[in-house]
Amino acid sequence: MTLRLLAGAVVVAFVAAFPALAGNYPVKLLHEILIWGIFAMSLDLLMGYAGMVSFGHSAFWGIGGYVAALALKQSPGLVSGFVLPALVAALGALVIGYFSIRVSGVYFIMLTLAFSQMFYALTFQSAWLGAEDGIVGVPRARVFGADLTAATPFHVCVLVVVAATIVVLWRVVRSPFGHVLAGIHENENRMQAVGYPVARYKLLAFVIAGAVAGVAGSLYTQLVGSITPDAFLWTTSGEALLMVIIGGTGTLGGAVLGAAAFILLQSLVSTYTERWMLILGLTFILFVLFAPGGLVGALRGRVGIRG
Amino acid sequence: MFAPDLFSQALNGLSYGVLLFLLSVGLTLIFGMLDVVNLAHGSFYMLGAYAGLATIALSGNYWLALLAAPLAVGVIGALMEIAVLRPLYRRDPLDQVLLTFGFIYLFEDLVKWIWGGRIRSIPPPDLFAGSVTIFGATVPSYRLFVIVFGLVMAVALFLLIERTRLGAIIRAGVYDAEMTAGMGINVPLVFTGVFAFGAALGGLSGVIAGPIQSAAPPMGAGILVPALIVVVVGGLGSLKGSLAGSLIIGQAETFGKVWLPGASMVMIYVVMALVVLLRPHGLFGRPLK
Repeated sequence: MTLRLLAGAVVVAFVAAFPALAGNYPVKLLHEILIWGIFAMSLDLLMGYAGMVSFGHSAFWGIGGYVAALALKQSPGLVSGFVLPALVAALGALVIGYFSIRVSGVYFIMLTLAFSQMFYALTFQSAWLGAEDGIVGVPRARVFGADLTAATPFHVCVLVVVAATIVVLWRVVRSPFGHVLAGIHENENRMQAVGYPVARYKLLAFVIAGAVAGVAGSLYTQLVGSITPDAFLWTTSGEALLMVIIGGTGTLGGAVLGAAAFILLQSLVSTYTERWMLILGLTFILFVLFAPGGLVGALRGRVGIRG
Repeated sequence: MFAPDLFSQALNGLSYGVLLFLLSVGLTLIFGMLDVVNLAHGSFYMLGAYAGLATIALSGNYWLALLAAPLAVGVIGALMEIAVLRPLYRRDPLDQVLLTFGFIYLFEDLVKWIWGGRIRSIPPPDLFAGSVTIFGATVPSYRLFVIVFGLVMAVALFLLIERTRLGAIIRAGVYDAEMTAGMGINVPLVFTGVFAFGAALGGLSGVIAGPIQSAAPPMGAGILVPALIVVVVGGLGSLKGSLAGSLIIGQAETFGKVWLPGASMVMIYVVMALVVLLRPHGLFGRPLK
């Protein structure tokens, strides 16, 4: 236990001090990893804990990004950068969830995938959202007197949001609510029979995951300064799914590990070859076939670390 | 709008609907038998189009492509089922869906590697290269061919599934695979056969689509969503549902473009949402076991 705490402290210190140790590009990669990590964790809440495999999580990433882009151009504050994106993404999740949760399993997969592509179609054809070019020149927010345009405040902000996400999601899965979700994952009919309003629990989980994904989408838009309809594309959902699978479903922390593995592999591979999608597909297939527990599962099996 | 325009748009919608039927019926058959939603089904459509292009490049014969491409894609499907799907039948069905999702990336990049990323198109066969005038509307004769071909295929598939011994075996397998095995049927072989057949239908629709919609590597992922919407609207695992869903979505898409050009891409989702609201498991679907 002390060993784990020590290792955790070393990782946190390393990540926090990283901008002092490395150049601009590695720091940008780190921010990408952390932001995608937030997104992947929110998906893992659905996949790993509630047993709802959503293939349309890009919807909330994109909603968060677009809302942030529109709002930050008006007034770059905390509300525009974080509160509104989370709220609107949660609202989107409420609507999509209302339709999708009526069914489960493969129907749920198909509906979530289709609804996310609906947002792609909507933004692609909306002139006021910049149509296929999207919105560019998005300023970063200004929170508590700190301008996130500067490198250090942005770094601190990303760290704070990652930490807050981990704490909040950890509290959620350990709460009575989280245990009901796990029960639904194990045996939905039994939970229904015991008297739990299963649909309402699933919808709430979907809304929480949507809100967190919206914050991640907003942060990413602030990182790169633009958003296009491609944010909604099936590939965005697919990448998050793969991160969760690489890390290990139902582990939360694994999602960040998966994001790190994914983004480092991507930046490494794309300097040598154009066949990134091929490698992505093969990784997907090999992990599902041979390592369904992901990296965390493999580590637990080998080293005997318990979660 | 003038009546001839309306008529020719309706025919456009019908030919697109028939195309969606050929595609989605493979998806729904595979689901009915294997309980797998094959997200790589759009990739079979893309592979079919490219196999067709390759055949035409070699032989110059469209009809040969219409035969060879589905065969090639069927073989790919059979190999895929045997090599990677079969080991997963004992696991959570969602694992298989995730696996087929990985194949979307794999197939798309393989095709880009072999044929490059640029847009190509399959020339229509000489016999249907022109156009005809019906009720004052000028219609490309290839579209009429697609409509007739698709409807003939729909009848043939219905007869195959409902009226033949093979169809009875497939229906029995869908209903209760274990019991069917107990009757002395080689169920794993039937699974492979159905998956290969479904893949071949996907490949066939790719060749059929070639002269209407051009071929490019992202076409596989692009057609997947309309195909999924068709089975959501019609109901998974139902042949009738697949036909009804295809025709509805075909018309919705086409008339969306005519009447709501600014929001045409959203039309099919509106239809889907309405159907899900009223009948969560589609027009002809049943709640899953």
